[in-house]
Amino acid sequence: MKIAVCVKYVPDSSGPRTFSSDLTVDRSGDGMLSELDEYAVEEALRIRDEAGDVEVVIVTVGPDDARAAITRALQMGADAGVHVVDDAIHGSDSVGTSLVLAKVLQQQAADIVLCGMASTDGSMGVVPAMLAERLGLPQVTLASEVTIDGATVRVRRDGDSAVEVVEASMPLVLSVTDQCNEPRYPSFKAIMAAKKKPVSTLGLADLAISPDEVGLRAAWTRVVSYEERPARTAGQIVTDEGGSGADQLVEFLSARRLI
Amino acid sequence: MSEVLVLVDHIDGTVRSTTAELLTFARRLGEPAAVLLGSNSGAARETLRSYGADKIYVAENSQYDDFLVVPKAEALAHLVAAASPAAVLIASGGEGKEIAGRLAIKTGSGLITDAVDVQISDGELVTTQPVFAGDVTVRSIITRGVPIVTLKPNSVTPETQPGAGVEVALEVSLSQQATTARVSERRPRETTGRPELTEAAIVVAGGRGTGGDFAALEAFADSLGAAVGASRAVVDAGWYPHSLQIGQTGKTVSPQLYVAAGISGAIQHRAGMQTSKTIVAVNKDPESPIFEAVDFGVVGNLHDVLARAAELINARRS
Ligand SMILES: Cc1cc2nc3c(=O)[nH]c(=O)nc-3n(C[C@H](O)[C@H](O)[C@H](O)COP(=O)(O)OP(=O)(O)OC[C@H]3O[C@@H](n4cnc5c(N)ncnc54)[C@H](O)[C@@H]3O)c2cc1C
Ligand SMILES: Nc1ncnc2c1ncn2[C@@H]1O[C@H](COP(=O)(O)O)[C@@H](O)[C@H]1O
Repeated sequence: MKIAVCVKYVPDSSGPRTFSSDLTVDRSGDGMLSELDEYAVEEALRIRDEAGDVEVVIVTVGPDDARAAITRALQMGADAGVHVVDDAIHGSDSVGTSLVLAKVLQQQAADIVLCGMASTDGSMGVVPAMLAERLGLPQVTLASEVTIDGATVRVRRDGDSAVEVVEASMPLVLSVTDQCNEPRYPSFKAIMAAKKKPVSTLGLADLAISPDEVGLRAAWTRVVSYEERPARTAGQIVTDEGGSGADQLVEFLSARRLI
Repeated sequence: MSEVLVLVDHIDGTVRSTTAELLTFARRLGEPAAVLLGSNSGAARETLRSYGADKIYVAENSQYDDFLVVPKAEALAHLVAAASPAAVLIASGGEGKEIAGRLAIKTGSGLITDAVDVQISDGELVTTQPVFAGDVTVRSIITRGVPIVTLKPNSVTPETQPGAGVEVALEVSLSQQATTARVSERRPRETTGRPELTEAAIVVAGGRGTGGDFAALEAFADSLGAAVGASRAVVDAGWYPHSLQIGQTGKTVSPQLYVAAGISGAIQHRAGMQTSKTIVAVNKDPESPIFEAVDFGVVGNLHDVLARAAELINARRS
């Protein structure tokens, strides 16, 4: 069996995040493997641990630095990586990104395409569904629990108003939430072993994609302006002493007409 | 004026309030046309009319319930081709965004997710949405196809205004692809007896600082008629179900009042509540980062503070 895991390299969410002058996400600062994609890598490794003969390939679309996301996934235990990097991809929205990923995944012909639930920078959560649409594969997405039963994948999906059990046959697109597992930390041995694992680099030409199908100008939406949320004016902080905190809290709520 | 398609979110005919919000937005953009898919939708029609649906496309077909996402996306794609709408509005949420994503690819249309506002400005449809955990607000336009927008709950106050609600039977021949991911089981969430988290005007959330004891917090929430939510630490500990988690990987809420009790205010938590109108925190640590995000904070033991506040509020009421 072959599992292709799509992972994204994102700006570190603990630092300040902003836009560049062309109104795309500023990716100049430190980046990392999207935390939510670690769950996808972990799930692939668990499937391999259980089923044995499984190859786990990491796929990422992103700038040169995005190689770091692949490295991290290889350190966790994945077998190989594919890095799609091309200047023309800069500024792609989920439509462009899913187009590029779909072409790579067609070449990979994996039994399971595994994604995270959303990228921590854009957080649209639409790429997995778009991939299923483009590839004509079943989608079993937002899984909080995954069971593999022969060629059938069965998942628990915590929907908005119900808990659902969804199943489909491979090949398919699967996405997992942070409820699914606990991602492993790479051991020193695994970090050393990762250095020898193969990573191939592809450009748009290798995928027969024309530069004007992707990137900022090909995007189907455009940011016209952005605004930092005005800092909250410093709130009033009181210290509770023998019930005074509750009294003042109720006063505050009443003054704001919230009770 | 063109139609504006609104995908109805209903469970056996009970319409979620997000749909009423979408109809309210749709009236600004054109003629609201509700798209009502799935079984037992009879009771929904009156509600849709009362919020201004001029037209109601109806497909009473259990395939919309039995298979994930794709049948709904195909029905909408069919309508986009047939009715050339001015826009398609869908409620943000796991399923809503996936339907929107597929529809965007199917119809070659631009997609904006998690908007909090949509307007016509200088003849162009402009959306507003928070990004980067709510730190930044972005305005966008859609440059290709039929604008597809998913809107977050609690973005607008639903306004009733009777619409004609003319019913139009919808016949879509679903593709084979539509029936590949089967929903083999569906267990509706147990209702808590409290307001729905994403729709509530007031949310009271507890964190690890509760120590798993929610008595005072729930009493306080009930005195305010509030929904109860939780941080991920609480969900990971198994104290509350994941459906009540607020934050990046849980629900996003934007109530009139948000009360965080025993929550430290991690960025992933703030991502789910930062756009609340008024924010209050109770935390025993005066250095806790949550206090940077509040309008009012109490440094103290949450059990004492909330229990007493609940008593005071109940006393005022009686
Ligand atoms: C990929 C990813 C996604 C995540 N998604 C989410 C998410 O969706 N939602 C979310 O909430 N978190 C999320 N997290 C986790 C987040 O980073 C924090 O770990 C979590 O929010 C902490 O929960 P907490 O504030 O309840 O606990 P803590 O950080 O442990 O804070 C507990 C607080 O309680 C206070 N306290 C203790 N006792 C009392 C008392 N008796 N009275 C008053 N105060 C008291 C303490 O001073 C402390 O500030 C995510 C993390 C990752 C990596
Ligand atoms: N540039 C990318 N390269 C590889 N995978 C991606 C990329 N962007 C998104 N994904 C995958 O799609 C999922 C959802 O992303 P998004 O729709 O951007 O929130 C992520 O968790 C990844 O698995």
